Amino acid sequence: MKPRYRLLPYLLLLPALVMELLIHIVPMAVGIIMSFKQLTQFFIRDWTAAPWTALNNYRIAVDFSAPIGQSLLNSFWVTCSFTLFAVAFSWLLGVAAAIFMQEPFWGRGVLRAVFLVPYALPVYAAVITWSFMFQRDTGLLNHVLHDQLHLVAEKPFWLIGDNSFIALVVVSVWKTWPFAFLTVMAGLQNVPRELYEAAAMDGATVWQQIREITMPALRPVNQVLVLVLFLWTFNDFNTPYILFGKSAPEAADLISIHIYQSSFVTWNFGSGSAMSVLLLLFLLVVTGIYLVVTARWRDADA
Amino acid sequence: MPKPASPMAPSATFVWVRRIFLVALTLFTLAPVLVMASSSLKPLQDVQGPFRWIPSSLTVRPYIDIWSTVPLWDYFVNSLIVSLSATILSVVIAIFAAYGVSRYRFRGRKIFTVTVLSTQMLPGILFLLPLFLLFVSIGNSTGVALHGSRLGLILTYLTFSLPFSIWMLVGYFESIPRELDEAAAVDGCGPLRTLLQIVVPAAVPGIIAVGVYAFMTAWGEVLFASVITNDRSRTLAIGLQGYATQYDVYWNQVMAASLVVSVPVVAGFLLLQRYLVAGLTAGAIK
Repeated sequence: MKPRYRLLPYLLLLPALVMELLIHIVPMAVGIIMSFKQLTQFFIRDWTAAPWTALNNYRIAVDFSAPIGQSLLNSFWVTCSFTLFAVAFSWLLGVAAAIFMQEPFWGRGVLRAVFLVPYALPVYAAVITWSFMFQRDTGLLNHVLHDQLHLVAEKPFWLIGDNSFIALVVVSVWKTWPFAFLTVMAGLQNVPRELYEAAAMDGATVWQQIREITMPALRPVNQVLVLVLFLWTFNDFNTPYILFGKSAPEAADLISIHIYQSSFVTWNFGSGSAMSVLLLLFLLVVTGIYLVVTARWRDADA
Repeated sequence: MPKPASPMAPSATFVWVRRIFLVALTLFTLAPVLVMASSSLKPLQDVQGPFRWIPSSLTVRPYIDIWSTVPLWDYFVNSLIVSLSATILSVVIAIFAAYGVSRYRFRGRKIFTVTVLSTQMLPGILFLLPLFLLFVSIGNSTGVALHGSRLGLILTYLTFSLPFSIWMLVGYFESIPRELDEAAAVDGCGPLRTLLQIVVPAAVPGIIAVGVYAFMTAWGEVLFASVITNDRSRTLAIGLQGYATQYDVYWNQVMAASLVVSVPVVAGFLLLQRYLVAGLTAGAIK
């Protein structure tokens, strides 16, 4: 690098740095400060004037014997199991579809476009349609289950009560799996065809080729993919918000909705911030562990 | 010469499993689209009764009514301005940053990449409260209206797209051979000309992929739009809720409006999807 360009990289980075400061670093710092304050609707005009409460917001959030802590804990478990199901199914569907469509067959191009539709549809339009399909009396789901297939005696409610968890997972999988499909499809392009040719020569079946060649080759892609799916699903706000509105049923009370509710519905920003910081710490720890473990695997492979 | 055996010579079971799986998946994928299309053509009493696959009578009335029930056109314009501005801003900023990171070794490079990568994983809800309060404070002290304005929304939408754009473009730029840069340097091109005339044209698929992603996240965003907009700056994401009144939900109009706002993005996306795959291959997966 010539000396006269020494400042250049910094100049190139400057706009990004300014924006990162403005939209990420400063708000994060403000959020951490807010979590130590008794910040209610009376201080919206000037949040700096709110009184300090030290760790009080945190104490309330993790006091699992009191209502606020209890509902936060419930929401945490709901989010964990929701994430587990949604990521697992999205990943499975995405990988299976990508592998099945690796080899050309009639109609493959059309099908690929069809499978990308959930990814391309604006999330609110899609989720509103799902909420229409889940309506008890006018929805498609109960029409099929009750009127057409006679599988259920009584039309169930899908958007209130325990079934809301199922509804949430279904919609989430529907809109997430195409991303897994897209990513795995891109990853499959890097698998050398000669490997398959050699395996076919040795008499390996298609299933053996998938297990022995495709899946190992996809490992690095899968490691990134699963992490991204986890983070997106865990933090998802759009799906529950459009499906259930500002307060979700207990069985589907995801953490992001929960924080939103305690901040903008009950106007307790301090406690909402404390919950956000706890969420951040949790995600940092989980991601950290994941990265260390997958790096170990990589070293073991090498 | 005999045709070489297909690398993955599919057995009959494989073909059948594939067929059944793909048909089921297609039904699952398209169900909402079918519901959207058929319900948008039904009169109100039909969507308020039990669901029927085939409408008893067809009407285009919902497509006319959507524009007057809520100010859909205004929401459309708001969404378009906000999404386009956020996309252009994030792509341009990301191009410069990614070029810096991929072509130069400098102090702080690692910290910058790690910071960008980690902000990518943070939940939107984390920034919502502080940004909301910051915008209100800034408005009160300087008179610059960020809360309730399009500008505020554009800035917040960068929170989603900028980290991803930088991350992906760094990967993409690194896949472009350094020899191209060097040849340009020999020809007397400065770094800026090299970027604009060599690197950017070679990275078009990656740049399109990033742009599509940024536009789609902005077009579909709900959380910030629900808190930061007011009546004048409302986007489609929030505006669509207006078809549900206290007494009735005009489901046929909801479906018609959903279809109308989806068509441009889906069409654009399907046109550009091969760039997305190419961009992902080179950028994110390396």
